Amino acid sequence: MQAGPNPLSILLIDENRLRASVIEAGLREGGYANLTIVHDVVGIARRIEEVQPDVIVIDLGNPNRDMLENMFQLSRAVKRPIAMFVDRSDSASIAAAVDAGVSAYVVDGLKQERVKPILDMAISRFNAFSRMARELEEARSELENRKLIDRAKGILMSTRGLSEQQAYALLRKTAMNQNRKLSEIAESLITAAGLLAPPDEES
Amino acid sequence: MSGTNQITAGFMPLLDSAVLVIAKEMGFAEAEGIDLTLVRETSWANIRDRLAVGHFQIAHVLAPMPIACNLGLTPLAVPTIVPMALGLGGNAVTVSNALWDVMSAHGAKAGFDPAKSGGALKEAVEERAAKGKPPLRFAVVHPYSGHNYELRYWLAACGIDPSRDIEIIIVPPPLMVDALMSGTIDGYCVGEPWNTAAALLGKGHIVTVKSEIWRSSPEKVLGVSAHWADGNSDQLFALLRALCKSAEWCGKAANREQLAGILAAKAYVAQPTAWMLPALRDELPTGPDSARAVANFFTPFANAATFPWKSHALWFYSQMVRWGQVQHNAENARIARETYRPDIYRAALKPFGIALPVANAKVEGALTAATPVGSAGASLVLGPDGFFDGGLFDPDKLDAYIDSQKS
Repeated sequence: MQAGPNPLSILLIDENRLRASVIEAGLREGGYANLTIVHDVVGIARRIEEVQPDVIVIDLGNPNRDMLENMFQLSRAVKRPIAMFVDRSDSASIAAAVDAGVSAYVVDGLKQERVKPILDMAISRFNAFSRMARELEEARSELENRKLIDRAKGILMSTRGLSEQQAYALLRKTAMNQNRKLSEIAESLITAAGLLAPPDEES
Repeated sequence: MSGTNQITAGFMPLLDSAVLVIAKEMGFAEAEGIDLTLVRETSWANIRDRLAVGHFQIAHVLAPMPIACNLGLTPLAVPTIVPMALGLGGNAVTVSNALWDVMSAHGAKAGFDPAKSGGALKEAVEERAAKGKPPLRFAVVHPYSGHNYELRYWLAACGIDPSRDIEIIIVPPPLMVDALMSGTIDGYCVGEPWNTAAALLGKGHIVTVKSEIWRSSPEKVLGVSAHWADGNSDQLFALLRALCKSAEWCGKAANREQLAGILAAKAYVAQPTAWMLPALRDELPTGPDSARAVANFFTPFANAATFPWKSHALWFYSQMVRWGQVQHNAENARIARETYRPDIYRAALKPFGIALPVANAKVEGALTAATPVGSAGASLVLGPDGFFDGGLFDPDKLDAYIDSQKS
């Protein structure tokens, strides 16, 4: 981590505002105060002229990378950024960046050791963000599944007069026999019950 | 076999990803013992980067991209070879309704004749200049793309200087129709389904097609990491056999509906089946309710559509030189020529009775009609090929061709 503020100008392009703020916080903590965040590439050429970035960080999901790279090639008004990959010696770091889903463009002549901490920070924050998004998704689907199973149990209890424990055991046995997930069996059961219910009981 | 049978391919969600998609979906890859994984990408830059770091061994790429890569014109350039093309044609030029109205006033009629529509566009361009309006803005998908070179060739042949009279910018294919509607651009050259989409939605008019500007010309090719190809020739040969069978399947009229349905799926192009079908039927919409036939609009298999002609590589190279992307010298020309590898194509497919051209290069424009040609193993028909303005490209006279295009 840097001690004082770092004079390098960094432009971060990320359509995902939440992720952008996570990366922004990381870079600011690292002492990179000269930071510009852009969510939308409309008018990006003018922004680049204003900001004169030394480093541009962009997520790989952005479909406008081809447009940006072309702009860097043609642009005469701004310092010409080239891809981070210009120094092929650090291939592990290149692979880590692509794995994390981030790319960076660095102006010609900037030393690799000045750029590496920025890239490392972006990589670690991108990875942390993906992990967070994945965990959130898992938690959400876990909750959904639990609700489905509860509803399926309820249907079995009321239609077949089973206890809660018996209903659960039946669902589990069926899932095991059919080699399917418990939540899938529950979903099928709920759908079937919906189809078979008399019209006046439809919700 | 040495090496691994697992191959991961990057592709962009476009109609001409068909040969790769069908190789997987219809089991052609599996039948050759290849475990093919397809990864949908969002930019050509991503495909290039992921080939470079080894995430992909092969990819659906723009025909000039591997040449640009080997010439060191793009970041993270690693040696890439082209042992096969993924079809001929498939692009078109679409303009906004507003520009179409102006072109109509200058005599443009529904239809895709490049000379006629180009003539009307030239008048529209001159009229704007006379009124002191800013130049029209067109979009292509990438600086090193067939789209960029065929658009520029068409404009220049019609007397419009693409570097002075018109502005050309880069827009990703899925955003083209929106850019046209918002007025950010006045026209574009892109692959399918993005021309059909604009016409069916009533948002644009198709004015000409790649298959008329340069007949029998390649669009996407199979880009292969040279490093991977070196150590995995058995797998590469098996893959080429699978892709060849897939291309043959894609080219059969009886399979069109099924092909359109598969491509429309969420994992692939993720757009309506109705947007896929016109191009597969060799017809393009002239409006929401009308269409016109276009001979050989998109050819996945016939006419040696998968053969990686060195004359194709060299023409793209000549255009890179023409538009100032690279300096011409003997070494650069050699790099371009050796990027395309008909020798690998032949070695992989010869034992299987597939019609193979005997030459590695041809004079582009020499065949004015479909012509049976000498081929090894089976009968083969080539052409018509060449350029709408009657220009000839003889790859043996590259220097003279480049000189003739200097402005």
